[in-house]
Amino acid sequence: MPLLLMLLLLLWLPLAQAEDLPSATAESDDTGLYLLQTLDVASFQDKAEAIRLIVTSDDPRARNWLSALLEGNLQRERSGRFVLVEGTSGRDLLVSDALSGEALGAINRRDLSRISINNPLRNQLRSALALIDLYSSDLNLRRASAERLIGEVDATLAAVLPDFLDEETDRRVHQRLSLALAIYRVEQGELAAVEQLSGSLHSRARVALTRAQSSDDAQLSEAARQALLGIEQKLKLNRAAETLYFGLSMGSVLVLAAIGLAITFGVMGVINMAHGELIMLGAYTTWAMQQLLPGQPGLALLLSIPAGFMVAGLTGIAIERGVIQFLKGRPLETLLATFGISLILQQLVRTVISPLNRTVVTPEWMSGSIAINDALSLTLNRLYIMAFALLVFAALIYILRRTRLGLEVRAVTQNRNMARSMGIRATRVDMLTFGLGSGVAGLAGVALSQLTNVGPNLGQAYIIDSFMVVVFGGVGNLWGTLVAGMSLGVINQILEPWAGAVLAKILVLVFIILFIQKRPRGLFPQKGRAAGD
Amino acid sequence: MWLTQPLYERSTRIFLGVLLLAMSLVTLLHLVVPADHPLHVSAYTVNLLGKYLSYALLAVAVDLVWGYLGILSLGHGAFFALGGYAMGMYLMRQIGDRGVYGHPELPDFMVFLNWDALPWYWLGFDSFWFAALMVLLVPGLLAFAFGYLAFRSRVTGVYLSIMTQALTFALMLAFFRNEMGFGGNNGLTDFRDMLGFDLRTDTTRLVLFLVTGLALAIGYLICRAIVTSKLGRVCVACRDAEARTRFLGYRVERVQLSVFVVSAMLAGVAGALYVPQVGIINPGEFSPLFSIEIVIWVALGGRATLYGAVIGALLVNYAKTWFTGVMPDAWLFALGAMFVLVTVLLPRGIAGLMHNLNERRRRVKDKPQDDQQELPV
Amino acid sequence: MNFFKQLVDRERVFDFMVPQQSPVDVRHGPILYLEDVSVSFDGFRAINKLNLTIDDGELRCIIGPNGAGKTTMMDIITGKTRPDEGSVWFGSRHNLLQMNEPDIASLGIGRKFQKPTVFEALTVFQNLELARATNKSILPTLTERMTGEIQDRIDEVLLLIGLKNLHRQPAGILSHGQKQWLEIGMLLMQKPRLLLVDEPVAGMTEQEMERTAELLTGLAGQQSVVVVEHDMGFVRSIARKVTVLHQGSVLAEGSMDQVSSDPRVIEVYLGEEA
Repeated sequence: MPLLLMLLLLLWLPLAQAEDLPSATAESDDTGLYLLQTLDVASFQDKAEAIRLIVTSDDPRARNWLSALLEGNLQRERSGRFVLVEGTSGRDLLVSDALSGEALGAINRRDLSRISINNPLRNQLRSALALIDLYSSDLNLRRASAERLIGEVDATLAAVLPDFLDEETDRRVHQRLSLALAIYRVEQGELAAVEQLSGSLHSRARVALTRAQSSDDAQLSEAARQALLGIEQKLKLNRAAETLYFGLSMGSVLVLAAIGLAITFGVMGVINMAHGELIMLGAYTTWAMQQLLPGQPGLALLLSIPAGFMVAGLTGIAIERGVIQFLKGRPLETLLATFGISLILQQLVRTVISPLNRTVVTPEWMSGSIAINDALSLTLNRLYIMAFALLVFAALIYILRRTRLGLEVRAVTQNRNMARSMGIRATRVDMLTFGLGSGVAGLAGVALSQLTNVGPNLGQAYIIDSFMVVVFGGVGNLWGTLVAGMSLGVINQILEPWAGAVLAKILVLVFIILFIQKRPRGLFPQKGRAAGD
Repeated sequence: MWLTQPLYERSTRIFLGVLLLAMSLVTLLHLVVPADHPLHVSAYTVNLLGKYLSYALLAVAVDLVWGYLGILSLGHGAFFALGGYAMGMYLMRQIGDRGVYGHPELPDFMVFLNWDALPWYWLGFDSFWFAALMVLLVPGLLAFAFGYLAFRSRVTGVYLSIMTQALTFALMLAFFRNEMGFGGNNGLTDFRDMLGFDLRTDTTRLVLFLVTGLALAIGYLICRAIVTSKLGRVCVACRDAEARTRFLGYRVERVQLSVFVVSAMLAGVAGALYVPQVGIINPGEFSPLFSIEIVIWVALGGRATLYGAVIGALLVNYAKTWFTGVMPDAWLFALGAMFVLVTVLLPRGIAGLMHNLNERRRRVKDKPQDDQQELPV
Repeated sequence: MNFFKQLVDRERVFDFMVPQQSPVDVRHGPILYLEDVSVSFDGFRAINKLNLTIDDGELRCIIGPNGAGKTTMMDIITGKTRPDEGSVWFGSRHNLLQMNEPDIASLGIGRKFQKPTVFEALTVFQNLELARATNKSILPTLTERMTGEIQDRIDEVLLLIGLKNLHRQPAGILSHGQKQWLEIGMLLMQKPRLLLVDEPVAGMTEQEMERTAELLTGLAGQQSVVVVEHDMGFVRSIARKVTVLHQGSVLAEGSMDQVSSDPRVIEVYLGEEA
């Protein structure tokens, strides 16, 4: 620390025409009071000096003071005491003593006067704070500060930074600061620094290069142009990666919504138009769980996974027992009856809960994002949903391929009579399969509650898409559903930028309609004689 | 002529008779009976009945393809709406400079969007006959294009239903866009007059009601003529055993396509008659819910009878009007329950129920131990 | 006016509606000719290098154990299934692989399915009416009227298949055997050059079988008939020439006696059944 301090002192003394730091003055035994008093002057120039003093004072409270000053929270009481505003209480302000840090309770606004600052001071304060943070021993503070400094470096900082860089051991801080410094240097017209920026995706680096490109210095301009071209290339790649990510995440939502249908429609051949409403029930289960466990959104979400599965699954079984089993072999009638059920379920939710949307809280561990580089960051909730979709898919494949139930399901769907004569209770298998498909719809609802508002129309928005995915992928083929969902998601994301969201959706629908004419059995058709009938 | 063939049928004559009687009765009660008399039919009711009749024509069109050809179209609302939009565009042009912005040529919403000229596809709609032609052509062409692709690749059954639903859904999204030039969300409205007659007068409403009734009668006759011809029997053959029909040498896809196109055109006409009576057309008519509702009218009335479709359309829509007046929240419950109950308990609808009752009465009277003969549907 | 009259004239046949087909050319040999036909479903070879010729006017029986490819062969001839390789000719002029089902049907190949398929909602009479050989395009079908001539032809067939007194009943109420006959009757109405009959006597009583045998043998001569059948007694009663299919290709061909004494046939087929 002393070395750095000295550096700073050396740097600022000539500018600051520094007054010597007073040791304990007559009025107080605290140098802090003196420092704050120097701030409380009319001239902004004097204030600038005062800020420098505070920075160099090495006072542990300096950071608090400066950030309070930046926010307008450093104020002086009539008595001359300096306070920090912590919050409001009605018309009064809650404050604490700036020196001792002790809470002073509520004080009337009128008894306080704010120490005012202007824009140049604000900039100065920001760099000063960043600098203080850079010297902090807390790594996170240092990283955040380095991040903030990109594009904000001024002459004074630029002078200190190279030495600081020699000392810094953390790679990330080092990299960010070098970038910050290089941007400053390019802005100053240093040709050598352009090279350093050439691979950077940071928007400020691009701003600096674009400016350099239009400079009078032909050499610099050309170098900047080259660097920008390289960056543009990289950005394109990143944008493609981003589209792919969004596409896959949208695709996994589609897969989640459609995979239950792939079982009821694809494997059993039952058209369930109430599938969307089963998704809706799953979403409402999440909401209800969070109402039951206030303050613990994460736990509620985890618990809603089995709960949503059960609620939707049992509703599905009730639908199968109550209606669908009477309509065996009449697919069009099944379609109509289940559509009726979907109307009833929607209206039920509207009447019992509310016609308005409900919001479901996203737990902390699901919010935020992972930054891959300066231009690309992946939102966590979508990442979780992707993983969840794949997990559900794997589980379903396992159930259908490896378990007794799966074997019975395949037996019943291939030859019902033969399966029955071998002692398989076909009606029970129907019920369980339908329950499974419906339960998965519930899981989709739990996942969707993290992305959209939960309302009575939630299911309607997904039913047509889900059918499209299943039909596109090839009925009766879970892998087809996976590929179809993912590719439709990606296609949609690719189309969106130049067509707009609505037109993209229309185009995708038209594409599927045309595709089905070309290949009526979808991407992965079932072959053989049985498929012909 | 094959067109007159259905007139030899008892059911056709009863249907036309009842329709004609009802129309003249309504006219009489509206015009002759004084307004304060309990039997007076108000202009509002005439208007409502006119709306029901256009729905009935739509239901007949759906029954033609679903009942006889076995194609469950969940997208007939799209043809209905397209016919309606074609008529709406004509009515829009008739407003002229009487709109809010007073522009001599552009409809209000285009002025609002700062457009300075009519888009090319609006040209010609100032002529009634051109619009009337489009009422037939636009739904017909869409049905032809869609059907040509679908039937050629033998997309039938549930797949076709889902595809038609996707079709109308895509159209709904498209018509919601302002850039399409059809008024976006709000659609086309604020109509003034049609062929020079003010749409808001009671007389015009009565005439529209009568014209709709006439259109229903003609539409019914056309459908009946098709289903009583040999082509109608080929339709039933396609419905029940498509492959067999093909091996007899019939080009199933052409049969399906031609009947589908005729049905779409009828739906378009129904839409065109609907719009001047309700005074608005918006993308809501494209919604998949509406299209599937039409199907339940037909299912309730009884498939493959045509007159059943008319009965169903009138009943369901009367119930809808009643529910929305008395307890609007219960309507979707009632509609949903109707879907379930009709399909499970009443697969042949009201017409089938009446048929069964008739059969039973005859059987009891004529030959007590007759074997069970039921027309499989 | 004259033009209009012509336009609405019911008897007029527009040029574009005249079926573009030339008669079957059988001057140079067989009426049906399959060469090196193969087809596989999901890796399973249903038909494997099948060669088969049927002469004009012949009655041929095809037998073979389950899965020998009999039905698939019929699917290929009638255009329902496309083979992976090989060629199928009808006469020496028509390549069946380039045609779809209705085209093939109007060329004169009729088919009776394994499971009797008649139009159950239509009456027996209407079933026969639909099958009648005529212009089957849309407009002629729409405007066609029942004439005395058509009526007579249908009555004739009704008598032949013994369903005269049931002709007003919907086909759905017929018994299994009656449906089989109705289907054969529909084939007769079609006046095909070649008849493919899949298991015509399955589920029939002894008497019904005899009658069916009569019907089929009566057909041969004017028409070529290919019968696929499991019932050995029935095959013996009608067959002049028998082809044995096994694993998608021809195992043996000849008279019933020749075939049934072939050791390979006994091994794969008769050996198991007898």
